[in-house]
Amino acid sequence: MTTATTFGELVGTSQVIICCGTGGVGKTTTSAAVALAAAQSGRRACVVTIDPAKRLADALGIGELSNTPTDIAGPWPGKLAALMLDTESTFDEVVRRHAHDAEQAERILSNRFYRNVSGTLSGTQDYMAVEKLSELYSSGDWDLVVVDTPPTRDALAFLEAPKLLTRLLDNPIYRMVTASNRGIIGVANRAAQTVLRQLARVVGATVVDEAVAFFQSFQGMEDGFKERAQTTLTLLGDDRTSFVLVASPRSDTLDEARYFLDRIRAADLDAAGVVVNRMLPSVPVGAKRAAELRNELAGTSAAGAATALADLTAAAADDHDRVDELAEAAPHAVLVTVPLLTDDVHDVDGLRRIAELLTA
Amino acid sequence: MAGKGGVGKTVAAATMATAAARTGLSVLLVEVAGRSASAPMFGADPQGYEEATVLHEAGDDEVGSVTLKSITPDQALVEWLATHGFNRLIGRLASSGILEIVATATPGIKDLLVLGRIKALADESTYDLIVIDAPAAGHAVGFLRSPRGVRDVARTGVLHRQAGEVLDLIGNPDRCQVVLVTIPEETPVNELVETSFAVEEELGVRLGPVIVNAVLPEVAGLDIDLDDLTDAELALNDDERTALALASAFRAGRAELQTNQLERLADLLPLTQIRFPQLFGTTVGPDEIAQLADVLTEAITALPEPVSP
Repeated sequence: MTTATTFGELVGTSQVIICCGTGGVGKTTTSAAVALAAAQSGRRACVVTIDPAKRLADALGIGELSNTPTDIAGPWPGKLAALMLDTESTFDEVVRRHAHDAEQAERILSNRFYRNVSGTLSGTQDYMAVEKLSELYSSGDWDLVVVDTPPTRDALAFLEAPKLLTRLLDNPIYRMVTASNRGIIGVANRAAQTVLRQLARVVGATVVDEAVAFFQSFQGMEDGFKERAQTTLTLLGDDRTSFVLVASPRSDTLDEARYFLDRIRAADLDAAGVVVNRMLPSVPVGAKRAAELRNELAGTSAAGAATALADLTAAAADDHDRVDELAEAAPHAVLVTVPLLTDDVHDVDGLRRIAELLTA
Repeated sequence: MAGKGGVGKTVAAATMATAAARTGLSVLLVEVAGRSASAPMFGADPQGYEEATVLHEAGDDEVGSVTLKSITPDQALVEWLATHGFNRLIGRLASSGILEIVATATPGIKDLLVLGRIKALADESTYDLIVIDAPAAGHAVGFLRSPRGVRDVARTGVLHRQAGEVLDLIGNPDRCQVVLVTIPEETPVNELVETSFAVEEELGVRLGPVIVNAVLPEVAGLDIDLDDLTDAELALNDDERTALALASAFRAGRAELQTNQLERLADLLPLTQIRFPQLFGTTVGPDEIAQLADVLTEAITALPEPVSP
């Protein structure tokens, strides 16, 4: 990770920024604002979004899934582009790139097992987000690639993603079936036959046949895939790759954030930045005094204001303490807070406002 | 119970379970994320796969209860194989990584098996009501779509049958319905509307009322000019005046935003809205859940009697 001392420096020096966190904390908006901040500092930045809110996507001109970045025009010295990840097409591209010839590629692309895997397998979206990152990074077109990670149940699914296919390819079934060329019947190994028959009882013979056909048509492509996965893992561990944790001050999302920090450290990585969104406004009166004021001003014309103040200070009371705890849990990360906004961000001006708050 | 991350879906599920227990029902609250987020809401330690009864409520005739249970996809798969005659194979399958191949070969299998496990619990009738704290929004649709996906991929075999049985359960409006949870903000409202169409039109699963969480209670008199205050209030110092003015402006802004979103939700979705008040404390424990259960009970009592189609 980088050793930036300000968020602006982190945005200005990283080659890759990966934004992680639970849903509902403004991760997509933060990712886009980070890329915009980089463009404002003169860098060429591209953001890979997973599932942006429709109005924001429309405003950025990325309302449709795409595999190539769309330029976003604006008054910045650098360059800004965005894309909404198309998981299936990205997987197809990967297969075409690694296939020996067009015929092998077509055989795989038309296999039903492959279509199931590329379209719906949990983890595929993470795998392809990382694959797209790798591709954009190595194109040399970008100084910074920002990735908005999918909202997964497992905080580190995207780190596991590159290992997904290589693990599949190291599987004994794969090795067993690729020793033959004639489908399930042609599998010579008797132990393999037994296992495949058992599997057929569970999922049906068609699925097993298609899976065997898929693995057989994959022959010769393993090394390319494994090499790519290794390159990607190296990139994720690179000094100029920064993980940015996005959270809100609510206790449950901060619990998730701490859990995520533990997980990422277990993988010998660390968070370089923490963004806490949705901070309630600070007022120069504490919760205790606000509660007294509510009583004192009851029945007066200021009663409503006193209620608003008491509610606000009660809700915000421990926010700063909890954010401090998170800062202690991530001592090597630069931490920035962003206030709760009165409206959703759905245009470039809104993103610029966030970018300013992030790098101020 | 389904909703976008961060809208308080787990709070709503715990509230639903508590309100049902108060009427004398024995309720099973199922979590599928692997870590128990609802245990602290009942003042209990987070649980593992085992069941734990965390609440007893005296109902009108019977004593209701809430029992927590966590069902993770991996555990459901192993358990399913064991109960379907694949017992001897499990060890070998697990250690060789072949379980992963099964899961890969059949997208949605793990979600289906979690639903299958829930269906088995429903058939046993040990519990009067099962409340499922479903995966976050987008995943919730995938979760409910899983039996169809598996049925279409595995055209034969025991899994095909299992998928059909689960579809019968979730498509039966007398046995299963989906309650969507949101908060009165733009993006969560949009996602709720999208999810509702996917659940009802694409999946054919019945929708119950919508729960709108964290609704700010109305406060009058936020637009007063603090410079015009009468003598009694002049004891305020400058900080207090500043704080009152800031808090009033902030509350008024949030209230306006909220009104717009609640109206928009009503326009977009003709479902009853049950509104949970914003809790201003910082943690949600048994007291807060009890308070929300009062609100839910009152709202459910006010609902019109269901009409048979």
